[in-house]
Amino acid sequence: MRVKQISVFLENKAGRLWELTETLREKELNIRALSLADTSDFGILRMIVNRPEEAFDALKEKGFAAAVTEVLAVEVPDRPGGLAGVLKALNDDGVNVEYMYAFVEKKAGNAAVVIRVEEVERSVSVLAAAGVTILPADEVYNL
Amino acid sequence: MNYWDRNIETIGREELAALQLQRLKETVARALNSPYYRKVLGDNNLSPDSIRSLDDLRRFPFTAKDDLRASYPRALLAVDREEVVRMHASSGTTGQSTVVYHNLQDLENWTGLVARCLVMAGATRGDVFQNMMSYGLFTGGIGLHYGAERVGMMVIPIGGGNTHRQIQFFQDFGTTIIHITPSYALHVSDVIRDLGLSPDDFRLRVLIFGAEPYSEATREKLEQLYRVRALNCYGLSEMNGPGVAFECGMNEGMHVWEDSYIVEVIDPESGDLLPPGDEGEIVFTTLTREAMPLIRYRSRDLARLYERTDCSCGRNFRRLSRIIGRTDDMLIVRGVNVFPSQIEHELMRIPEVGTNYQILLDRVENLDRMTVRVEITGRTFHGEVGELRLLKKKIEHALKEEILITTEIELMEPGALPPSQGKAKRVIDNREM
Repeated sequence: MRVKQISVFLENKAGRLWELTETLREKELNIRALSLADTSDFGILRMIVNRPEEAFDALKEKGFAAAVTEVLAVEVPDRPGGLAGVLKALNDDGVNVEYMYAFVEKKAGNAAVVIRVEEVERSVSVLAAAGVTILPADEVYNL
Repeated sequence: MNYWDRNIETIGREELAALQLQRLKETVARALNSPYYRKVLGDNNLSPDSIRSLDDLRRFPFTAKDDLRASYPRALLAVDREEVVRMHASSGTTGQSTVVYHNLQDLENWTGLVARCLVMAGATRGDVFQNMMSYGLFTGGIGLHYGAERVGMMVIPIGGGNTHRQIQFFQDFGTTIIHITPSYALHVSDVIRDLGLSPDDFRLRVLIFGAEPYSEATREKLEQLYRVRALNCYGLSEMNGPGVAFECGMNEGMHVWEDSYIVEVIDPESGDLLPPGDEGEIVFTTLTREAMPLIRYRSRDLARLYERTDCSCGRNFRRLSRIIGRTDDMLIVRGVNVFPSQIEHELMRIPEVGTNYQILLDRVENLDRMTVRVEITGRTFHGEVGELRLLKKKIEHALKEEILITTEIELMEPGALPPSQGKAKRVIDNREM
């Protein structure tokens, strides 16, 4: 159920983002979803890649400060109100979503989003009870 | 406690004062052989006869770094050039370089002082001494080298840099004592960790630090990282080099070899002598040097002398506190005096940041701005913006408490700041004065 997300600390310095993607290219790693959190003086790039362990090792070796975080990937009906429905279930149960971002690819007419919550265990049951499909990790890495 | 020269190291204060008085007179007599002192002492009607008690030293003018520069290359030489067997010179990065000359007896005395320091550190015949300080015109490497040989240690004269080889030598030759700058020791420990090694893989027993001011927190951090004792060595090239003062480890501070130097503490602004225990600029007078005696030399190093002279190690030589900074590396930021060592002290207490840092100064709309750059460590990054914001606040707060001004904290990637090898360049001042 849980998906491994790679987070990378980035200084505000020209070329660093490119160097990061170069590192992934050299290892033939494919980015499935990504989001860049930007503050005034540093950024954190978050991404789902097809082989997370390998990506983590490669980035560390290149001197990046990287971390692995567990997130959930859920299927969202690709129509108005689709995402609202998913979030309603979490909201009703008082689960706080720290951040989320979307996958590039769709799966059979449905969109997919990455959701980061503090209480992963509880969120899984809340979402399942609301009939939301949580995507298994293997499937997510190869979306 | 072991001694290299028990008789002199345990000399009583009264006997020491008599020895100092006799040697001070000899020093003044020798100094008059140099063109510089012949003029300066002549202008002030000073001669060996001016000295009836040690207090008479106060009648002598100070000798400053600029006087040494102006005397380049030979105006302070007090013996025939042919008698000189070695010279050392400063890098001259901040002006004309300064030269110090030694005759054979001077080198013999210097080596003896260093041997005393090393034995005080627990060194003994059979130890393996890896000298990770630069050799050459700089006195740090060579000074300890000869003292270590004299003690009977196996000396590895590897110098600074080439970190992988240094670590390889720790393993291959069973190094027990290293002589290193604190900033390089921090870097080496990072490399040891990156290689997947730990202090258990070595036989290190003692670290000897010299050449740059650093904080007590850095020492504690390094003692934990290497799991050994770290001792401070103090010296300056004008007073030979390393071996002027050294820690016995029993009480705070470093014993100054007062049979070879008279030490005074002055107010750096007024030049007035300060009462015992006050912090100020350290002033040295050589007592045994023949080729180039120096009288009341202003070191620019800021420290204090502890009042008590008795010590559980058995020595009665006065103890010098750690050097808190130099009169010339003090930063004045928005009118507040700040020493880089204060900032370092605070940073070393924050485990989430790495061992390198940089201080940037610039001026925005005529106001000083101080930015402190620190590296986050890969081990403490968990991927959250919030934790990094908190870390910035924590550092900012700790610095504000210590130096009383607000700083901007810039978080950098691991390895983004230049690692320091040798004397660290930590401050970049872009303010236009």
